[in-house]
Amino acid sequence: MLSRTADNLYWIARYMERADTVARLLEVGSRISLLPSAQGYRSEWDSLLQATGMAHAFAQKYGDPVQRNIESFLFFDRDNPSSIASCITAARENGRIVRTALTTQVWDALNTAFQELRQLERSARSSLELSRLTDWTMRHAAMLRGAIDATLLRDDGFNFLNIGYYLERGDNTARLMDVKYYVLLPRVDFVGSGLDNYQWTTLLRAMGAQRAFHWAYGGDVTAMKIADFLIRNPQSPRSLATCTAGLMNHLGRLAKAYGRETEAQDKARHLASGIETATVEAIFDEGLHEFLTRYIAEAAQLANAIHDSYLSGEMR
Amino acid sequence: MRLTVDHVTRYRYDAPVRSVVQSHRLTPSSFSGQKLIDWEVTVSAGIKGARHRDGAGDVVQGWTIAGPVAEVTVHVRGTVDTEDLAGVLRGHRETVAPDCYLRETLPTRIDVALADLASKASGPDTLALAHALSAAVSDAIAYRPGVTHAHTTAAEALALGEGVCQDHAHALMACARSRGIPARYVSGYLFADADGQAHEAAHAWAELHVAGLGWVGFDPANRCCPDARYIRLGSGFDAQDAAPIRGIARGGGHEDMDVTVAIQQAAQ
Amino acid sequence: MSQFNEMYQGSSVRMPYARLQDWVATMPEELRSLKQAEAEALFRRIGITFAVYGEGGDPDRLIPFDMFPRVFSGAEWSKLERGIKQRARALNAFLVDVYGRGEIIRAGRIPGRLVYQNEAYEKAVSGFVPPKGVYSHIVGVDIVRTGPDEFYVLEDNCRTPSGVSYMLESREIMMRMFPDLFRENRIEPVDNYSEKLRRTLASVAPAKCKGEPTVVILTPGHFNSAYYEHSLLADLMGVELVEGQDLFVDGEYVYMRTTEGPQRVDVIYRRIDDAYLDPLCFRPDSMLGIPGLMDVYRSGGVSICSAPGAGVADDKAVYTYVPDMVRFYLGEEPILQNVPTWQCGREDDLKHVLANLPELVVKEVHGSGGYGMLVGPKASKDDIERFRLKLTEDPGNYIAQPTLALSTVPTFVEEGVAPRHVDLRPYCLVGERIELVPGGLTRVALKEGSLVVNSSQGGGVKDTWVLAE
Repeated sequence: MLSRTADNLYWIARYMERADTVARLLEVGSRISLLPSAQGYRSEWDSLLQATGMAHAFAQKYGDPVQRNIESFLFFDRDNPSSIASCITAARENGRIVRTALTTQVWDALNTAFQELRQLERSARSSLELSRLTDWTMRHAAMLRGAIDATLLRDDGFNFLNIGYYLERGDNTARLMDVKYYVLLPRVDFVGSGLDNYQWTTLLRAMGAQRAFHWAYGGDVTAMKIADFLIRNPQSPRSLATCTAGLMNHLGRLAKAYGRETEAQDKARHLASGIETATVEAIFDEGLHEFLTRYIAEAAQLANAIHDSYLSGEMR
Repeated sequence: MRLTVDHVTRYRYDAPVRSVVQSHRLTPSSFSGQKLIDWEVTVSAGIKGARHRDGAGDVVQGWTIAGPVAEVTVHVRGTVDTEDLAGVLRGHRETVAPDCYLRETLPTRIDVALADLASKASGPDTLALAHALSAAVSDAIAYRPGVTHAHTTAAEALALGEGVCQDHAHALMACARSRGIPARYVSGYLFADADGQAHEAAHAWAELHVAGLGWVGFDPANRCCPDARYIRLGSGFDAQDAAPIRGIARGGGHEDMDVTVAIQQAAQ
Repeated sequence: MSQFNEMYQGSSVRMPYARLQDWVATMPEELRSLKQAEAEALFRRIGITFAVYGEGGDPDRLIPFDMFPRVFSGAEWSKLERGIKQRARALNAFLVDVYGRGEIIRAGRIPGRLVYQNEAYEKAVSGFVPPKGVYSHIVGVDIVRTGPDEFYVLEDNCRTPSGVSYMLESREIMMRMFPDLFRENRIEPVDNYSEKLRRTLASVAPAKCKGEPTVVILTPGHFNSAYYEHSLLADLMGVELVEGQDLFVDGEYVYMRTTEGPQRVDVIYRRIDDAYLDPLCFRPDSMLGIPGLMDVYRSGGVSICSAPGAGVADDKAVYTYVPDMVRFYLGEEPILQNVPTWQCGREDDLKHVLANLPELVVKEVHGSGGYGMLVGPKASKDDIERFRLKLTEDPGNYIAQPTLALSTVPTFVEEGVAPRHVDLRPYCLVGERIELVPGGLTRVALKEGSLVVNSSQGGGVKDTWVLAE
C-alpha cells in the first residue's frame, strides 16, 4: 500500500477519535459546571482547558473561560486544530484523498458527518444545545467506526486505521484521567471525599463506561478501582490495556503480512508490557500523573516509529 | 591538441540531506573536432542511474545518492584530443531540428536594446552576420566577473555593459534569434595557454546555426570561435537548460557549492 | 441559421430516439423533479464535483446533469468510430515524425515554425520513440454535429483529456434510475472503459519491464478539479493513485513509496502537465514532479502516458493541418472534417476575420476551457471591439471559425423539455491496439441559445447512448 495512503487512513482514525474525545470533554465540563464549587463554575472550565493543552490558545482568542466561548472554541472554531469542526473536516479531507481505499459506506459516514457539520455551522447558535452537539459528534464517530468494522476489507489499510484509533484513544484516555487527577482535584484532602467520587463518576460517564464499571466492579467507586478499570482492565473498551493490545494485534498483522518486523513492533511490545505488569498499587506508588505522563511519552515514540517504518515511505 | 581535465564540484549541506538526484551533461560527445581518449565521472556514494544520448547529441547520465549525506563530490577526469575547426561542429550526431532553437527563454528574452544591437549588425550572408553579431556583443558587454549572477538575463547584462561568458552567450543568442538565426548555449571547458586570457576554465559560449554549414560556435567573451583549446560538453536553450550538473536534494538545509577546474595540455 | 434537432425532424421522431418519445411524454412532472433530485443526490454522494479554475467559490460544485440521453444509431457511431480512430492514428504518426526526422515538414506540408517553435514541442524527447510508437494514449476528440451526416472536429486533446468520469458516472446513474429504458433500448455498454484503459497502459510498458507491469496514475493532488476522476480511474483499474512525492528515482528506475518499502513503477498515466514532470528537466521550481524522471524515461526504464511533448499535436494552430496528416501518413482521405479555420497569423485570413467578426468564433491558440474566446453572434459590440484590438496586437495568438449551427438534443429545463446545443467528446485509446468505447461525454449548453458547453461556463452533461445494431 502506498505510504501516503496509509498515512491518510491513520489520520482519518486519529481525527475522528479526537473529535469523539473532545465531545466527551465538553460533556464532562458541562456536568462538572453544574456542581456546586468553591471557585464557581468558570475555574472548572479553565481546568479542563489547561489539561488538554488548549488553554493558552483559548485565552488568546477569547479571554475568560465563559461556557459559551468554550463551546465555540471546542466545537466550531476552525482556528483550533483540535476543535470538533476541524477534526471532522480534516478526517473527511483525508478520506477524500484516499476515497478509493474506502468503501461507499465508510465514505458516506465521513462525508455525511462533514455535510451535516456545514449545516450546523449555518444554524443559529441559540438553536444548538450543547448536548445535541456532543451527541451528534459521538453518533457520527460511532457510525464511522461501525462502517469500518462492517464493510472494510481486512487488509493493511484496515490495520493502519485501527492503529490510528488505538493510539489516539489510549492517548486520550490517559489525558482524560490526568485531567481528573491533577486539575479537577487541586486539594489533596479531597481524595476519598464525596466530591471526589462524584468527579470520578463524571469521568466514567464521559467515557460512556459508568454502567460497565459497575457491572465489572460493584460497590463503591474508588480511585483504585477506576484506575484499574481505565488502565489495566482488558474488558474496558477505552482502557490502556485494550488500546495497547489493539496496537500489538494490528502491528503484528502488518509484520506478518509484510514478512518483517520494524522498531514499531518492538515499541508496541514495550508499551503493552508496561501496562500488563503494572499493578494498581505500583501505579499509585509511582504517582498516577507520572505513570500517565510516561505512557503518553512512550505512545508518542511509538507513533514516531510507525511513521518512520510505514507512513513516511523512507523505509528501504 | 591533447587536453586533460580535472574538475571537482563539491556540494556541502549544513544539515544532512535524505537523498540527492542529479542529471549530468558531463561527458563530451565525439565529433570531428573532438575525440574522447578516456573519461570518468565519479560521484561520492552515488549510484549510477540511467544514461542516454539526447536529441542534441549530448550524453546525459543520471545519478542518485541515498542519504543521509552532508557532502557530495562530483569528480570529472579525462583526456580529449581536439582539433581547430574554426568553430564548426562537424560530424556531430543529433536529431533536434535547428528551428527549435529559435525559441526564446527567460534569460534570452529580447528587449529593445538587444534588438537594437542586433539590427545594427550586418553581413553579406548568415555566417558574416553571425560574426558581426558576436563582435557587437563583445563590444557591448565587457568581461568582468562578479557583477552578474546565475539568473542575470541577457537584457540586464547589456544594460550593465558588463558580465561573464554566460551573459555574453545569452546576449548573442537573443540577438541571433531576433535575426532569425537559431542559437543555443554551449557549456564546456577552455584551456588557457600562456598568452591566453585568464578566463575561467569552466566556460560557456554560443552556437549559431548557419544553413549549409551547420552549427558554428562563437565565443564573444574571447572574441573568437572555439578552437583546439575548447572542450564541448553539451548544449541547451540557455545556461540552465545546458547546465553540466542539475540536481535536487531532498530534506536538509542550505547548500554550498565549490568548484575547481584544471585543464592541462598533455603530451601526445 | 437552421439547427439540426437530433430527435425531431419536423413532427416525426428520428429513429434512434424512437423509444424515448413515450418515455418523456408519459413522465409525470413530479416524477421528473424527483428523479432530478435523486440524480443530484447521487452525484453529490459519490463525490463527483467540479472546481472551476480561478473562480473560487464552492469547491464542491456539481456539474448539472441532464437526464435526457443523447442517442446515436449504430450506423452513425460506426462512421464516427472509424473517423476518430483514423485521426488518433494520424496524430500519433505525426508525433513520432516530428520528434524524429520531421518528414512532414521537409515535405512542406506543415510549417516547421508551428511545430519546432511551439511551446508544447519538447526538445527533451527529440530522437526518442516511446514503446509501440505511441505518444498520445488517450485522444479526446471534440466533435460537433450540424446535420444528419455532418460531423466536424472542433479540437483534439492529445495530452490528458478529462471528463471520462462523467461518461462513466452518467451511465451508472441512468441505469440506476431508469432500468426500464435500458431494457427497452439496446444500449452498448461503456463500463469496460477502465479495463480497456488498463490494458492500453500495460501494453506500452517499457522493454525493461518483465512480467506484469505496475501502472500508476499521477495526480497533481486532491486540490485539483479533476481529482475525483483520477481517483475513480485508479479505483476502477485497481492501480495506485500517486502524487509526485510518492515516487522517486533510484538508479535506473522509478519507485513508489509503500508501506512495504520501494516498489518499482513501469507505467505512469500522468494527469499533470509536462512542465511539472521533472524539475531537473523542465521547471526547476516544480514541487509536483519527480527529479530524474526524464533520464529514466529516455533510457527506457519507465513509460509516461501521454508521452512528454504530445501536446504539440493538439495545438489549435497545428489542428488545421490534421486532415493533411491523415493524407500524408495514412494515405487516406479524412473521414471526419475539420471546422474551416482561419489562422489569424496569416495576413489574408486576418483580413477576412476582422471583416466578419460578428459572425465568427475567435479562440486563443493555447487557450482552453472556453476562456479567452469570442462568440461573435452572441457578443456585445464592446466585446467585439475588444477582440478586434487583441487580434491586431497579436494575430498569431488567435484562430477563427464560422459559428456552427450546433445540433440540439431535447433537454429538461424549467418549462419542460426544450432543445439545447450539444457537443461530444469520445475517448480513443491507443496502445498495442486502438480502441474506442461506444459513447463519450456529451456536454450541453443549458442556457437557451447558448453555444458554450464548457462546464466552467454553465454547461451540463448528458449520458451518451450508442444503440446496438
